[in-house]
Amino acid sequence: MESKLVVAGKAYESRLLVGTGKYRDFDETRRAIDASGAQIVTVAIRRTNIGQNAGEPNLLDALPPSRFTILPNTAGCYTAQDAVRTLRLARELLDGHSLVKLEVLGDAESLYPNMPETLAAAKTLVAEGFEVMAYCSDDPIMAKQLEELGCVAVMPLASLIGSGMGILNPWNLQIIIDRVKVPVLVDAGIGTASDAAIAMELGCDGVLMNTAIAKAKDPVRMAHAMKLAVEAGREAFLAGRMAKKPYEASPSSPETGLIQKSA
Amino acid sequence: MSAPIRITLNGAPKEFTAPLTFAQLLEELALAGRRLAVERNGEIVPRSRFGESRLADGDRIEVVVAVGGG
Repeated sequence: MESKLVVAGKAYESRLLVGTGKYRDFDETRRAIDASGAQIVTVAIRRTNIGQNAGEPNLLDALPPSRFTILPNTAGCYTAQDAVRTLRLARELLDGHSLVKLEVLGDAESLYPNMPETLAAAKTLVAEGFEVMAYCSDDPIMAKQLEELGCVAVMPLASLIGSGMGILNPWNLQIIIDRVKVPVLVDAGIGTASDAAIAMELGCDGVLMNTAIAKAKDPVRMAHAMKLAVEAGREAFLAGRMAKKPYEASPSSPETGLIQKSA
Repeated sequence: MSAPIRITLNGAPKEFTAPLTFAQLLEELALAGRRLAVERNGEIVPRSRFGESRLADGDRIEVVVAVGGG
């Protein structure tokens, strides 16, 4: 079985993708990302400050595109048009780099994906040659439609962005994993290491997270925990777990040769 | 000959002296050489054209960079 994550024809050793938001500074960002082992890191695209902080450090100096696969996102976009515009700018910023994370949000309270706008944006972006990894609801029909439009990966939420609530609907994720052929990555909602392990045990191809690492008390240590959890979950998935037997206990030690059975 | 041009830069009104190329604009803003992308009236201005492409009165310009995000 394939041991590497393959997205848009490129293989990655790490199945953990991480965001770069909410860290104290770029030094902490870099140390956490190094500890996570992630090769794909997401960034946001924003207006630069005009006339102030001219000498301020640049995120891409801390995370050089020569070493990391930079995945620009469309966080904060509520329409397909804004998302497409943002990613065209991102492609220019990153010298023609075409792998992108599409997310079109529905409202600022839930940050839940707006799927009609996401589908519309995906269609345009694929036509313009982008390789689209799409953040989506955990609706198997939506995931399938994104795949049919040509997205290179679908990324259903585990729970709301930044909520840390973990995997609320493993059954939907399982249906998506079973029915979609492109990589399925759980994106959003991971709170701690066990959530990441569960996602991988379900058979997800990878996990994308930001807040669970950045807002841990010790982000660098949590980044390492997430690395181990994703690896452990993947190994457990490949190993194939034992069957669940709710009404059947089975001793692990031999039932013969017990000293109290003197007969 | 120089004339003032008024543009909207990242949402704020600004006035510059024409003629002004994108390269000169970025120089004036102390942003030259930085990793950024520029949009004029909703269309990308490729980096390769910064030196020759000139701003016009009324242009809506966006200058963006990569920042931390998830």
